[in-house]
Amino acid sequence: MPTNNQPRFTRRAALGGAGAAVAAASAAGAGYWAGRPAPAQAADDSHAFYGEHQSGIETPAQDRMHFVALNVKVETAEELKELFQEWSEAAAILMAGHELGDATNYETPPDDTGEAMDLSAAHLTLTFGLGRSLFVDGNGKDRFGFAHQLPEALVEVPKMRGDALEENRSGGDLCIQACADDPQVAVHAIRNLVRIASGRAVVAWSQLGFGRTSSTSTTQKTPRNLFGFKDGTNSLKTENADLLAQHVWTSTENSKGNPNWMNGGSYLATRRIRMLIEPWDRAPLREQEDIIGRTKREGAPLSGGGEFDAPDFSMKGRGGPIIPHNSHLYLMHPDQNNGVQMLRRGFNYTDGTDGLGHLDAGLFFIAFVCDPRTHFIPMLRTMTSSDALSEYLKHNGSALFAVPPGIRDENDFIASGLFE
Amino acid sequence: MTSHHILSTFAITSLAAMTLAGCTPNNPASGFDGSIKVSSTESECKVSATEIKAGNTVFNVTNDGSQVTEFYILAEDGLRIISEVENIGPGITRNLTVTLSEGNYKTACKPGMVGDGIRGDLTVTANPDAQEVSADEQKLREDAQTQYAAYTKDQIDQLVTATESFAEAYKSGDDDAAREQYAPARLHFERVEPVAESFGDLDPALDAREADLEEGQEWTGWHRIEKDLWQPTAEENDGKKYTPLTDAERAEVADKLVEDTKSLQEKSRDLALTVDQIGNGAKGLLDEVAASKVTGEEEIWSHTDLSDFQGNIDGAKVAYDVLKPIAEKKDAELTKDLDKKFADVQQLLDQHSTDGTFVSYEELSEDQVRELSDAIDSLSEPLSKLTGTVVS
Repeated sequence: MPTNNQPRFTRRAALGGAGAAVAAASAAGAGYWAGRPAPAQAADDSHAFYGEHQSGIETPAQDRMHFVALNVKVETAEELKELFQEWSEAAAILMAGHELGDATNYETPPDDTGEAMDLSAAHLTLTFGLGRSLFVDGNGKDRFGFAHQLPEALVEVPKMRGDALEENRSGGDLCIQACADDPQVAVHAIRNLVRIASGRAVVAWSQLGFGRTSSTSTTQKTPRNLFGFKDGTNSLKTENADLLAQHVWTSTENSKGNPNWMNGGSYLATRRIRMLIEPWDRAPLREQEDIIGRTKREGAPLSGGGEFDAPDFSMKGRGGPIIPHNSHLYLMHPDQNNGVQMLRRGFNYTDGTDGLGHLDAGLFFIAFVCDPRTHFIPMLRTMTSSDALSEYLKHNGSALFAVPPGIRDENDFIASGLFE
Repeated sequence: MTSHHILSTFAITSLAAMTLAGCTPNNPASGFDGSIKVSSTESECKVSATEIKAGNTVFNVTNDGSQVTEFYILAEDGLRIISEVENIGPGITRNLTVTLSEGNYKTACKPGMVGDGIRGDLTVTANPDAQEVSADEQKLREDAQTQYAAYTKDQIDQLVTATESFAEAYKSGDDDAAREQYAPARLHFERVEPVAESFGDLDPALDAREADLEEGQEWTGWHRIEKDLWQPTAEENDGKKYTPLTDAERAEVADKLVEDTKSLQEKSRDLALTVDQIGNGAKGLLDEVAASKVTGEEEIWSHTDLSDFQGNIDGAKVAYDVLKPIAEKKDAELTKDLDKKFADVQQLLDQHSTDGTFVSYEELSEDQVRELSDAIDSLSEPLSKLTGTVVS
């Protein structure tokens, strides 16, 4: 293994397709996968791995996702740090659309598993997170000597009404969110990162998402969830930096007890929400629209106008407010939640059946927030206890991760602030 | 069950039912799709055709004003409502599907939902191809509502009596008697479950399962007592030793169950369910079966899920039976299909009961559960078309 400050690869800046400076990998002698030929520059359709914040948060949401949670097997901080360093280097190469290491030696297994060989970078982003159980074990014992760095905000999500959480879809010491235009690119990235972690971290659970359910840029059309409604109309967008600073990027101002190493980071909350699509499909359109609070085709609030017009919650209809007060729109709107907003970045999934002839399908909910205590858990509680939509939902997975700030450059690595 | 209003319906289900029934919109005078365009503003109610042929017609109502509007088809007297679509927000379009017979009618837009609205005339001419519209449909609807209200009242009255007896046995420590009465008493509740669900907090107070609770929520109702009557081993109880309720706790939970059940009786006394609420309630009952009864998640300690299952089916069947006279005239294929599928489900259920007592859910094989689940799904799909058919 190289020493801590010695990069395993050297890189030079190149221009990406969008005109942004993209770091491209080239192989130097010292690398984890030393000796591979040097790619000149990152693919045109790549995002930068290095930056103030991690990628895959405000990045325009891609259409495909592979999410994995892992449990850590190593026992020392030094070993964990090495893993984070190797992952950081590999992530930069993968995001640039290049192969890992060497695949020419006839006598050894290729470094790169190969299934992305002919594919582009496909706007791959890789986002790494740390779970509460990485800091302290079930008995509250300090695992790696940084329990005192456990952010106060990285709480256990309390049990909610109707929760049907499954252990093998919940929690985890670490997570990696891979998003891309091409599912094979996302799976390839996760597969290779898991392979690199071999013996040091093992997969706890994994989730594929086939279609985004949120837009994180005003340049994107609002997609639809599996209930057929537009989802994430009001989600935070990359164009509004002030709101992101206020609601997404963690700081001492917006997250009580925030440790320094998390400045500029975020919290990633997941819920695997099975949608009972068969009963939903049998619900009259009126019931569907009253539950969501929007029209199905246009996504306009029931108080009128178009998709992006502000809902008028005071508008009366026959028999009550025209936007019912148990509708999803009403209950989840910032007006009813102390002005709190989330950056939602969830994905539709289907995953086999429930064994009784129904599809296991739904939403793999992902939200990035500055503090789950103020920006996620209160809304989750409202939703599970009062939202009319909950009658058609079953939450069977839940996890919360602290997402450290971005990796600054080749000499930096994931969560480096923890190891200082 | 959400709060709905009689006589109004929106596109999807009614259009589907219409197609299945072999009716096609029959007014080429207007939109290319045969629908009549209506534009409602503050001062105008523009209807694209004032003379149409008898039969099934879709009115495509757009709110071009700035207040919430409604659109009505009224009888010639301008008083009796034939059909309506309400809660159309500014800029939003809603469809109203209605079957009209030959005669003179009034149309009305009601911006702001007040007053008599902006009226117009509508003439419906003879159409030999159109289906018959029952002149006494209003009567049939009233009959359906009366019958269903009587059924609901009777079930809730029986529920109160049975709950009092059950609570007394449990309080007095006669656990054998309480266990015996548990499923038969709950049967009445399951038959009218959507009614309880329409009263916000009453349903969780009466019927919450342990898994439904959020952290810190007090657990009351049937399932709290169920667990105390069929006490789990530590292994079945997440590794924790189960602590039976004390006599005082028993009395408290039992008294609250009776009190909440009486509150349900009180609140539902004047409940006037509309035909679409009755139809959607039937759908809700089958959703209940699919969500928790067929999976054995409703009664995890007593395993009396099949009795609850029967209760939900009974309630859905009664809702269907009271609406059938209306539905049959509009879509005989649908009612024939529903008759068969209700019978199929009942036949399967009968295989698991002797003299009205069901076997424990635990005795069902995987195949038997799957068979029940498939039968429910097969019934649920046509049942979801019932409301749209009845109100069109």
